Amino acid sequence: MDLTLSPSEQAFRDELRAWLEANHPGAVPREEQGSFEFRRAWQRRLHDAGWAGISWPERYGGRGASLIEQAIFNEEIVRARTPQLANVLGLAMGGPTVIAHGTEEQRQRYLPPILSADEIWCQGFSEPESGSDLASLKTRATRSGDGWVITGQKVWTTYAQHAKWCMLLARTIPDAPRHQGLSYFLMDMEQEGVQVRPLRQITGEAEFNELFLEQARVPESNIIGGEGNGWAVAITTLMHERATLAFGLQVSVQIALQELVEHAERSPGSNGRAAAADPLVRQRLAQLMIEAEVLRLNAYRGLSATMQGGVPGPEGSLAKWHWSEVNQALTELAMDISGVRALAIEGDGVGDNNWTYRFLRARANSIEGGTTEILKNIVAERVLGLPRMR
Amino acid sequence: MNFQLSDDQRAIKRTARDLLASRYRPETVRELADDERGFTDEQWLELAELGWPGVIVPEADGGLGLGAIELVVIQEEIGYALAPTPLLSTVSAALLLVAAGDQEQRSRWLPSLAAGETRGTVAVWDERSGWAPDGSELESVDGRLTGTKVAVADAASAEFVIVAGADARHSLVRSDDPGAEIAPERSLDPTRKLYTVKLSGACADQLRAGDGERITRAYATIVTAVAAENVGVAQRALEMAVAHAKDRKQFGRAIGSYQAVSHRCAQMLLEVEGARSLCYWAGWALDHDPAVAVRAASMAKAYASDAGFRVTAAALQVHGGIGFTWEHDLHFFLKRAKANGHAFGDGRWHRDRVAELSGI
Repeated sequence: MDLTLSPSEQAFRDELRAWLEANHPGAVPREEQGSFEFRRAWQRRLHDAGWAGISWPERYGGRGASLIEQAIFNEEIVRARTPQLANVLGLAMGGPTVIAHGTEEQRQRYLPPILSADEIWCQGFSEPESGSDLASLKTRATRSGDGWVITGQKVWTTYAQHAKWCMLLARTIPDAPRHQGLSYFLMDMEQEGVQVRPLRQITGEAEFNELFLEQARVPESNIIGGEGNGWAVAITTLMHERATLAFGLQVSVQIALQELVEHAERSPGSNGRAAAADPLVRQRLAQLMIEAEVLRLNAYRGLSATMQGGVPGPEGSLAKWHWSEVNQALTELAMDISGVRALAIEGDGVGDNNWTYRFLRARANSIEGGTTEILKNIVAERVLGLPRMR
Repeated sequence: MNFQLSDDQRAIKRTARDLLASRYRPETVRELADDERGFTDEQWLELAELGWPGVIVPEADGGLGLGAIELVVIQEEIGYALAPTPLLSTVSAALLLVAAGDQEQRSRWLPSLAAGETRGTVAVWDERSGWAPDGSELESVDGRLTGTKVAVADAASAEFVIVAGADARHSLVRSDDPGAEIAPERSLDPTRKLYTVKLSGACADQLRAGDGERITRAYATIVTAVAAENVGVAQRALEMAVAHAKDRKQFGRAIGSYQAVSHRCAQMLLEVEGARSLCYWAGWALDHDPAVAVRAASMAKAYASDAGFRVTAAALQVHGGIGFTWEHDLHFFLKRAKANGHAFGDGRWHRDRVAELSGI
């Protein structure tokens, strides 16, 4: 056991840290299109310096970084409080899926513009009637000439309004067993058959979209992993979402916790003292610090196990579930500390400088990227070996 | 960066798991729970031959000179086996002697402790004061101590007691001192024997060399060892619950296929793994990163105190009625976990400490 970074890992971290400090682009503009273009420019700057898609093989524009280097990267980029990268879905999910299941031609075609943020990616998995039970999805793809025609509806499509490509899961073989009838398409978003409508959420903003597909066209060459193999390809995408997430998430919790402590020190508690002096607040702060440490340590333990075993295990599900609980508890404590001031929403009510916004946004944490209930099923069945439900 | 036990540490863990499983079968644990002394000489000698009483005692003092992480590994397995043994008491006494004993005191006691020829224990809690080791109101006049210590583990089978006095001064009192009266208590956890130690002008050999920081670190190590024991206790309770949930059928199917049961088991896993991560980290930090070690130990103890109880209580719920019977072994795990949770500072105390050490 050795919880220190090796000299080469430390050198990697120092180099990255120095680069981030020197190149931090500053605050993101508030207005929606401007903010996206700002983040696109930020990703380009990272890419030009060789910091985008570092885990990808060198021949596809990455630097073949080790798992530990990826972990360090995810930690540092959050620690530096840099803007989210414009093509986060392409980098974290789309690219790794194309690398794992795509043809060489597809890799050459799709990977470089993901890194440069010239082509933004979105993900079309969930449907209004297929959330946790993803394999029940109804969006239908039928053959037509040398390609496919797709009709259906998708939901929770982050960045659909900016995206060039959609990782789309659709049913190609209607009478096959439900997991076997799916195919994974790369759908061009710039066509008439694709309509994007923003989906307003409880925070008032619209991070997500609905996607209406009416005879959208996809050429044969845009299937990833072959017809009927969509489920296996989709699982790769989801595994990447959960495996690489843990490091960034735990750092974001550590940062939020520092801000929460400052909030508690500045806010009035009882008897004219700061909220931080309230024994109950102290207990809850300390518990959150402990939970945040558990998130960090579990991420490293999982990484060590993956380095030895080769593939990330279902433990990633545990990390995501635990993180959502911690982040919700953290924002709930922030609201309790705010007291009556939590009733009024400051400014435009959006963004990380606003606890009321964060409190509302955190409600989605236990739903997005796999509900806590589904993640508990995965842990119960695949880690504990309990019988499948039903 | 590598968060995995070394080959040597894994070997210790495997040896401990196998040996303890064969020596502390459920029926043996049950017998020892009923026994007044709580362990046999044969069982003690076997652990002593492995060097466990001196696992963390420096080699110069006759010990194995291993680290806190090795102690954590052993303690986890002690908890997993639910072994009734005075090992932790003796290790705790040794840790305080290493931290605060002068050369004469060290060479008088540590080699024989490490060899298992002598046993010691630690008396911290006054009858009326809280947990903090520097909060004692013991009266000290001319090297003689007067006052009452409660919940002293394994005192009747120990040759001496390290007694926490006022201002974190620690003294060694021999169990056969005419001024020391040792009376058994009825413990919540029958797998660890507790005693009230009443001192009436008992002759005290004050530990002369320790400063506050060394004593704080010794307690941090003890606290981590107790927390690690709860990891093992909770791990075993989780395994029992999962086995039962797979086996037990109601309404025509295994109860583990119901989410009300399977999600409870998943929650148990989350807490066991969280406690384990914190204990390994604390053990590692005690050996390699002293700046964070004390805070890490309090984090581990706070989390493992609560998790130990919650996981064993959840295991009892999964078992249903059978889990509430004396005949089933589960209650011994619940009681051990709950008792460990309170020993050397409960969750609330250690959270307060975490807040303090974090500058809140």
